[in-house]
This record gives sequence, C-alpha cells and structure tokens, in this order.
Amino acid sequence: MTRPAPQKAVAGEPLFTGNDWDFDTIRRIHDACEAVAGPELGLSWYPNQIEIITAEQMLDAYASIGMPLFYKHWSFGKHFAQHEAGYRRGLMGLAYEIVINSDPCISYVMEENTATMQTLVIAHAAFGHNHFFKNNYLFKQWTDAEGILDYLDFAKSYITRCEERYGHQAVEQVLDAAHALMSQGVHRYPRKKRPDLASEQRRERERVEHGEQIYNDLWRTLPQKAGAAGTDHAAERRRALLELPQENILYFLEKVAPRLQRWQREILRIVRLVAQYFYPQRQTKVMNEGCATYVHYRIMNALSRDGRIGEAAYLEFLQSHTNVVRQPNFDERGYGGHNPYAIGFAMMQDIARIAENPTAEDRQWFPDIAGVGDGMEVLRDVWSNYRDESFIAQFLSPKLMRDMRLFHVIDDPDEPEMRVEAIHDERGYRKMRRSFAKAYDVAWLDPDIEVVDVDLDGDRRLILHHRALNRITLQAEDARRVLQHLADLWGYDVVMKEIDPATGDILAEHAMSARPIFF
Amino acid sequence: MHIVDRRLNPGGKSLANRQRFLRRIKDVAQRAVRESAREKDIKDLGKDGRVSVPADGVREPRFARQPGTGRQDYILPGNKTYVEGDLIERPPGQGGGGGGAGEGGDGGENSEDAFRFVLTRDEFLELFLEDLELPDLAKRRLSVVETEGLRRAGYTVSGSPANLALSRTLRNSMSRRIALKRPKPEEIAELEARIAEAGEGASADLRERLEALRERAKRIPYVDPIDLRFRRFEPYPRPIAQAVMFCLMDVSGSMTEHMKDLAKRFYILLHIFLTRRYRHVEIVFIRHTDRATEVDEETFFGSRETGGTLVSSALVEMKRIVAERYDPNDWNIYAAQASDGDNVSSDGPTATELLRSHILPACQHFAYLEVGDENGPRAGFVEHRTTLWRTYEAIAKAGGPVAMRKVNHRRDIYPVFRELFGRKDARAEAEA
Repeated sequence: MTRPAPQKAVAGEPLFTGNDWDFDTIRRIHDACEAVAGPELGLSWYPNQIEIITAEQMLDAYASIGMPLFYKHWSFGKHFAQHEAGYRRGLMGLAYEIVINSDPCISYVMEENTATMQTLVIAHAAFGHNHFFKNNYLFKQWTDAEGILDYLDFAKSYITRCEERYGHQAVEQVLDAAHALMSQGVHRYPRKKRPDLASEQRRERERVEHGEQIYNDLWRTLPQKAGAAGTDHAAERRRALLELPQENILYFLEKVAPRLQRWQREILRIVRLVAQYFYPQRQTKVMNEGCATYVHYRIMNALSRDGRIGEAAYLEFLQSHTNVVRQPNFDERGYGGHNPYAIGFAMMQDIARIAENPTAEDRQWFPDIAGVGDGMEVLRDVWSNYRDESFIAQFLSPKLMRDMRLFHVIDDPDEPEMRVEAIHDERGYRKMRRSFAKAYDVAWLDPDIEVVDVDLDGDRRLILHHRALNRITLQAEDARRVLQHLADLWGYDVVMKEIDPATGDILAEHAMSARPIFF
Repeated sequence: MHIVDRRLNPGGKSLANRQRFLRRIKDVAQRAVRESAREKDIKDLGKDGRVSVPADGVREPRFARQPGTGRQDYILPGNKTYVEGDLIERPPGQGGGGGGAGEGGDGGENSEDAFRFVLTRDEFLELFLEDLELPDLAKRRLSVVETEGLRRAGYTVSGSPANLALSRTLRNSMSRRIALKRPKPEEIAELEARIAEAGEGASADLRERLEALRERAKRIPYVDPIDLRFRRFEPYPRPIAQAVMFCLMDVSGSMTEHMKDLAKRFYILLHIFLTRRYRHVEIVFIRHTDRATEVDEETFFGSRETGGTLVSSALVEMKRIVAERYDPNDWNIYAAQASDGDNVSSDGPTATELLRSHILPACQHFAYLEVGDENGPRAGFVEHRTTLWRTYEAIAKAGGPVAMRKVNHRRDIYPVFRELFGRKDARAEAEA
C-alpha cells in the first residue's frame, strides 16, 4: 500500500503511554504495524479503513452478520435481542473488532479498547485478516471485495422497494423461505462455463474430423444391442436442461421455479449471493484466525523489540493473547470444541519452526518445507493456497499432535461403548490427521442434499435426495419446516428421500405440499 | 488509511429489524404480556418488560443433522491415559464427549423452546393496551375543544430568517435582475479584459461603458429586500373529542382491604389506559363513604379513609360536577364505578332515581365493577345479587349504556377490564 508522506515516528520512541488513545495514536499505531507487516513479514493487503464504534453499534453489527449495511428482516431483530440480553446480563463479552472482507478493508474497533488493545486489534484485523482476505484462493475465487458494499447497498434498497410495492408480509415470506435454504444456496465448485458459439463450432469440426480419420465401414455391420439406444432420452434431456442434479437449491429455484415473480427470484438471488460471499469464511476459520493471530503476535513482538510499546503494554498484550489461544482439554470445564485460534496459531508457529529449525522427524514428514529457511515465505504460500481441511491434512505435524495430546474417539450407536480409534503415536498420526481434517471439511459437515429430478410429465413434484453420511439423518422437524418453505417457493409438491449412500436404503422420506401463500 | 469515527452516527440501526420482529411475534407477545400483567403488581406494569415467547413462531429452520444418530467421530485434545483400542463408557446423557470438533457452535441451538427478551416500557404498554378504546367516543357533538396546529400557508414577505424560502427568494431576485437589466459579472469581466488587453490605448468609450456597467450593478443589488419570501405558517384549530372519565370508588367500611385493593387496581389500569391512549381525556376522581368528595389522583390512590356507605352521595357529587363543568351536550361523559354493591337500604331508591334520570342519560358509557371476596362465590352456587347490581341490571335490560362485571380475584381484573373496554370489533371477533 502506498500512502503519501508517512509521518514516521522515530524508531524506539513509544507509540503511546497509558491506556488512552486518540486518532493520532491510532494513525501512529497503524503506521508502525505497517512498517512491520510490509518489509518484515512481506504481507500485502487492501487499503485499511478503521472505524471506531460503540458497544451498541457493535451489537447492531452483530445482528446483521457484521456487515455495515444489510437488508431488514425480523430474524436480525431476534438476534439483536438475544445478543443484547446476553450482553446486558454480562453473560457475553463483545468482540474487540469485526473485520469485513471488502476493498478498502473495513475494521470496526471498539471505543472501549485500551491503546494496547487497539494496537493488537489493528495488527490482527487490519493486517492479519486483511492479508488473508486479499490472498487466499477461496476469497479470490468466490468473493468480490471491491463490489460487496455496493451490492449490499443495492440489496438493501431493492428489498425496501419490494416491501413498499408488494407489502412487508409478502417480502418477509420470501426471505424466510430463502433464509431456510441459505446453506443450500452456495456453489461449491466453479460452474461449467456456458460454451460460446465459436468454441462449439470448433469442437464440432474437430469431432467430425476425428470421426473421418477413424472411419471404418466394418462398424456399421455390427449388430446393435437391443434396446440400448435411446433408453430414456427425454428424461436425460430434461435433467440436462434443468442442470440436474443440482445441489444449489436456491439457484435452482431462482432459475426454474415455475411460478415465482421476477422480484421473488431477485430476492432469492440476493440471499444466495450473500451466502456465497460468506462461504469461504466457513471453510477457513482455523486458517483465517491462525493467520491473523500469528501476524499480530509477530507484529506485537517486533514493536516491543523496537521499543515502540512499553513493558506494561506488552504484558497486557500477552495476557489477552494467551486468553485467546487457550485450548481447554476435553475433560475440563468450559471445553467447547476446538478453539480455532489455538489450533491455527499453534500450526502457524509449528510451520515456521519446521521451516527454520526442523527435526529429523519433520524432515521425514515435510520434506518440502523442512529447513527451507524463511518461515514467512512458507506461511504466505500456505495462506494463499489452502483451506482448513487441506491445511490440516497437509500440515498438522506429529509434534503438534503430541503437544496437544490429540486422540480420536468413535461413537457408534450400534456398539455398547465408545472406542478410542487413534492416539498421538506412530500408528495414529496419519489416521488422526485424516479424520481431523475431515472435521473441517464443510462438504463433509453440511448435509449433502441435491435436487435430483422434477416430475414434469406428472404433477411437477420436485424430488430431492439427502445422502445420509454415516446414516445420520436430518432433524425431522426442522427438515419438514424447511421443505415446507421449499414447497412454497416451488409451488408444487416436494419430496425428499434420505438415502444411505453405502447401501442405497431409504432411511426416511418427507413430503410437503405448497401452501397458497405466494401465488 | 482512513480512520472513521462512527460513534456519533445515530444508533438504533437495528430498530427496523426489531419492529419487524415485534410485528412477527405480536400475537404471542401480546398473550405473554397479558399473562405477565396478570401476575404482576399493576403499578409495576411495563417496568420490567421481560417476556418470553414460544420459540416456535420465531424459529429459523435449517437442514441440520440429527445429533446422536449414526456414527460420530470426535477428535479431542488432552489425552492422558487412553491408548488405541480402549473402550470408553458413554457419558450419561447424550453421547459424545461434550460436542466434537465437527459440531462447531451450531449444535443445541434448536433445543430452545422459549425465546426470552426484553421489551421497553413503551413497547410493553403498546402491546398491553392495544385494541382497547372508550366506547362510542365522538358520537355526540364533541369536536369542540380545540388545540392549535400549525400548517403551511403559502409565502409571506416578512418572517424569521429560519423560515426563509431560498428558492422562491432567488427566483424573485433573478426575475428582477433580468427585468432591470443588471449587468452580469461576465460582461464586466469581459470589458475589463478588453481594457487590460488594450492597455493605455483603450478607448474612452470602453472605459465609460465599464464605468456605467459598474455603476448599474451597484445600484441594482443581487438580492433586494423586495425579493425576500418566507414560508408562512398559520395556526388552525384542530378539533379533538372532549371526554371526561368519572372514577367513582366506594371506600366505606363494608369494603374489605381485599376489595379496596381490587378497586384500586382496576382504577390504576384505567388510569394507565386513559393517560396513554387519550391525551385529552379529563379524569375526575370521586371517592365516597357516606359523604363523597372529589379528590386528586394521589389521594384517590393513596390515602386511607373509611366510614359508612351512601352510594347516592357519589352520584350527587358527580351530578354536581357534570352540571358545573361538563355540559353533556359538549362532552363525552364516561363513568366507572367500583363498589361491593352494598348500600344503605334507605338509599336504594334515591340512588336508582339519580342513576336513571340524571347520571345515565348524561353518560356515553357506564362501567360498573363489583368487587367481591377473595373466596367469593364459586360457580354453581346461586349468586347473591346485591342492591346495586340489581339496580344496574334492570337499567341495562332496559337498554341503558351500562356494562357490569364482578371481580373476586386480582387475576380477574385484567380480563374484566378488557371486557369492559375492548374494542367492539375485536370483541365481536373474539366472541365469534
């Protein structure tokens, strides 16, 4: 990032003393962090925009999933009430910051933070997260940092206009239904590009040429297999036209639901695009936090080394840093699953260690990076090209598994007891790392639901399949409610079968009919 | 890098969401509000607006896997003694070591069966008092009391600077400037340029013209006081329905503490209702033993006094006040009376006569609340009818504007209140 005439404080002079800060302090802190993040860590980031907000505004931001502007819906009011009640009763602290994947990158920081905390937060969000957003392949591929705020602005005013025109209730019903299907509204893979005429013609020509080259009159004399030709051409063609099977249900409805109005389709599209925007974040929790935590750790240490922050501030930083990266053991009170900050940070440090001071074991496990020297270079590459699942599958080292004393338990309801499948030993490392990585694979965590067919010849019934992994079925009550929404949008009956992919057994079946609310 | 201070931005960005949320849960929240009002001391109404509504109406369903079915994998930190192949007993309750790595934070959220949140006092009372109204308001010739409203009324040539109508003023200024041929600044600038170009050799003619233009521009100002226009506002009378509510309370010795408590609760409710919903309703408090006096709000609710019973005394007092201050032709008159129904037997005919010929004809609506013992008559018993009750019953049968209810327990106060003051169409709906 270039900035005209950086007003650099003299190295060694503390950035602040005491807890108080003003805008000039923030600017100095930012510049000092920048001086570390750029030359020393080699990060690259979107221009920063740091916004100071109050606790109440933080609660507001929570309610609209952190975005500065968002359309209105009752569910956000519900979340606001929930958070507010929690906050007022002191059950819940607020985050120190929220950072938005946009260009410029907006970081909200709380006014209550002390000067040290502001330094930490700026290092963490404005440089750590910011670098990750700008460089990680998932964000590059799926999100448009430059356009997101404009798009949200459009979405908000579009939905407001719809409310004025079609009534609050009509819009609310569409949004309710769309929200219910939100997690089924993402594309997991880049779609096939629609072929353009020129390349189609070229391919056709090549095909014909190829056919001419291998032409042999003998083939014509072979007897045809009876009934092989044109088994179910119509059905195949129908499925191809509808792009079935389709796992992005919102996309499917937007494009082909027969009875929706244009504005209803547009709202589905808005919800779908918002879901898509947040999809990379769900896949990179550990890495994103790990990256930001590692960056703030490095920056804070560098500032302390250069005498830019005092001893007291450094101790305050250490205290909150260790709080953040604490991982309680499974049998401790307060264990609530893995702490993404803890694993992320530990793995980043471990990778840097492997690159700089590898052991013999590391050389055997990570021949590519062990001892290459520059830890930051390896980390930057990792931050660009992995997501949680591949990151853990690739870089969780035996040493870290030993340090964290990880073990793997299988709970099969058909067995009387739970079984320890693997522990942190030679036999267990690979097995455990595989299943640990799987636990971060969203495709593995989210139920695998697809639209498989539409009965176009009959009653237009929509058929969905849930491939029930490990025979885990859906929560029946919620599934029925979501299907009700789906049926309302589709306009005709909907049926979902839950299928065991291993055996093909049907585990459960839900059917819903459309209510006449949209049409 | 930019630093933006957002702290000064108006808060409550989420207000629209909250309104939508309240609208969505209105029915259930209303029920919850009324439920909580029943148990609460009426004075504390809305002070702590915590309500919980069934989560059903505000559930956000998603496709989610059923926890506890099928095979679950857990990766856990902090192994101490286990080795591969060990068998572990399932912890009591739902299987699994307290939520595995895969579950993230999503588990368990669906198990909430009630959603708890806090309403502000305004929101609480809004829900609480909705669809209550004074019956038959504004039926008579009532739109008499006037308040002053202000409304826009064109433009004027004088006024305060705050009301200056800028575009109108400039429009006038422009037409005047055109009409009087005020030289444009460009023309002057052009002449000056030409003179400067010509230098010393500029003709006297040019200089003269420039001088003339300058002179003219000076004499014809850009904005003249004559151009000024101000937005004019004029007051206009805004009619409001005039109404007065008489609160008659029996505080005689026959009223037990319990009965007085019930009566007071009823009036507090009435008071909240009137002051919130009708800003211009006057309230007259009358309490009586064997003598009736008009008192202020504080005395009415606060002070203790006791004595014999003479219902007619209150009616006489009301009649006097009506005659003095509230002409029935101009006022909507309402009355609510709370009593245990006892009266000195000799007073019965007097009271009846007063009601029949004076009070009721003047009233739009007369609500009579009879307060009874805490362990009052159970259903199935032949009800003992009090003197007053019988009087009112006869009048009501004859088509008089009387509504009467009996209350024995404080939990009945609110429903009875709703019956007395519920909106007609809402009531009809409820009955249908």
